Amino acid sequence: MFAELNSILNTSPDNFKAGEFILVSDKQTDASFLIHHFLSFYLRVGCKVCLLGLVQSFSHYSAISQRLGVSLAQAREKGQLVFIEGLKESLGVLLQGESSKGTRAVDFLRDPSSGLQGLYDFVRDNVRLAVGGSGEEWGPPVLLVDDLSVVLSLGVSVGAALDFSHYCRATVCSELQGSMVMLVRCEAEEEESDDERSEWLLRGLIHQCSLTLQVQGLPTGYCRDIHGQVRWITLSVWKRGQCDRWPTQKKLFQYKVHDKGASFFARGTFSAVL
Amino acid sequence: MAAPNMSVGKPTADRLPCNTTSFQKKSRSKLVSIPGTRPSIQNGQLIVSTGVTSLDYVIGGGLAVGTLLLIEEDRYDSYSRMLLKYFLAEGVVCGHELYVASALDHPNDILQELPAPILDDIASPKTVEDQAKSCDPESQDAMKIAWRYQHLPKVQTALASSSRFGHYYDVSKTMDPEICQAARCHGFYLPEHSTAVTSPTATGQSPMPETYSSLLNNLQEVVHREGFDGSVPQTKSRNILRIGLHSLGSALWGDDLCCRENPSHGHALTTFLYGLRAMLRSSLSVAVVTVPSHLIQNRALMGNVTRLCDTAIALESFRGSERETNPLYKDYHGLLDVRQLPYLNCLVCDLPDNKDLAFKLKRKQFTIERLHLPPDLSETVSRVSRGELTGTAMVGSSGCGSGSTGNRHLDF
Repeated sequence: MFAELNSILNTSPDNFKAGEFILVSDKQTDASFLIHHFLSFYLRVGCKVCLLGLVQSFSHYSAISQRLGVSLAQAREKGQLVFIEGLKESLGVLLQGESSKGTRAVDFLRDPSSGLQGLYDFVRDNVRLAVGGSGEEWGPPVLLVDDLSVVLSLGVSVGAALDFSHYCRATVCSELQGSMVMLVRCEAEEEESDDERSEWLLRGLIHQCSLTLQVQGLPTGYCRDIHGQVRWITLSVWKRGQCDRWPTQKKLFQYKVHDKGASFFARGTFSAVL
Repeated sequence: MAAPNMSVGKPTADRLPCNTTSFQKKSRSKLVSIPGTRPSIQNGQLIVSTGVTSLDYVIGGGLAVGTLLLIEEDRYDSYSRMLLKYFLAEGVVCGHELYVASALDHPNDILQELPAPILDDIASPKTVEDQAKSCDPESQDAMKIAWRYQHLPKVQTALASSSRFGHYYDVSKTMDPEICQAARCHGFYLPEHSTAVTSPTATGQSPMPETYSSLLNNLQEVVHREGFDGSVPQTKSRNILRIGLHSLGSALWGDDLCCRENPSHGHALTTFLYGLRAMLRSSLSVAVVTVPSHLIQNRALMGNVTRLCDTAIALESFRGSERETNPLYKDYHGLLDVRQLPYLNCLVCDLPDNKDLAFKLKRKQFTIERLHLPPDLSETVSRVSRGELTGTAMVGSSGCGSGSTGNRHLDF
């Protein structure tokens, strides 16, 4: 949990909005540090978290969360955290073994044209368990997806990925009043980009989400001290006639990632630069 | 990462913190030491050397076990092949197991072309004994001053010298076949395997072409059989498997990624890399993959491929291009671009100072240096070449200072 990011987003462990769909997108850089922030934040708050880790192993997340002060192994034992390790499940599917191996969650690897139905079913079952309330009572469920654009590399169509996020939002945010955080990685912009699928996915998701954190490299080039900039865009949400927050707001911050967190600062005010 | 977790058997809570002082805790004795590896300075990851010490420095100390290095080939596949050979040679010297897959050359041919290591005191067993016998009477005389050391062995064995991290190789000689035989090598030569491919899945539409599936299956079989994934408790000490995959994505692998603008199996290579990543994360192995990216017309696909790998570098050689005669680049053979560095078990990675790197392949070393332009000392706008600075006239210098070579007017 990054304290500075909490203050920027006006959230705190005591007061955070439910029913949010937060989209984290990156271009030319790696924004997975934000996923770790949200993971440790929601675990600390006491929500039931379902983490869809499609590109990294469990020990990667747990090692980083250890530094941020949260123990993932304990959370998993207590039942607060459900972790879907895409890599482990996928190996059984990709190798030509029995087709019954592995859960249905990574069925899209076997046949990319079938879409992400299996994955959604898995998510829905796990997330509904939280509200079912067996054992301890957790807070509203949270779904973290890291990252969604890898399914495009594995052959799934953009439409299927957008369907998946729509269904997840309907279940998690609307029905169960939980939150959802998705990471999407995009290509760097080029004039003659032939493959705009990640761009379409990003646009579709921006349309669906309530808060976007766009992480980019610095437009002026590579810098060792400042790792990039984050553009924070809030879309206005009208809930039952009352406007919760200001209409579409955009803010730009630059950031630097440390070992135990990240610091955010206004453009050009980093101490090494001044 | 799962790999060091299983090998050392200690829980993640005991992982070494990143920025420790120089004080080393005694608990390090629990760490199972595998020859040829060492824990990284930045984050305690188990790393191996790529065989090129300057490349190790550029990618942050070395290659972490369980990760994948992507090398984007240069135009003639000369330097990328050289890097692959360095990687395999390092495995032989450190005593690791090797796995080589290629569609073009037989893996045995690749293994015979490995560069010879420069080990100061390596010697074959027979000559050591001969030397010892012949030198005994002389050695007693020689050790008049350092007589306390005369009972120590004169020549170190090859095993002792491989405990160093990162070795140097002489590319003008090939590795001694005896040393090469000592290493366990597994090869995958595609033409041999294409006839023995199993039938595709029931749906008839597998996500990968048969070439990649058979490679992945074969690799998994080797990993499982030799116990690198911890499934079989190894009776001998733990070892690392070095995987070298040559020219993935080229037409020889049955993939039309490099041939067409809209390939029919656009996600074949990425699916394979995803499976490879899954395999690496759960075993004690490290892989180097070379891809002819200059043939891929769709740049976005290359971006997907890069994101599925951990470390990615790209080579661009000057050979045959106009830059070969450019005096600015005369010391170097090509440019090296570090496209991506991995974030492994920590939020930060070791970012380099700057990204303008050039490489040069010398006989005994593959050096990677920062490329910098010489200072502009002439009063004309054009940049002065190094040849002019030293006073020698450059033949074929392109576009630097016109006829007034060597005459720089520093009028005040």
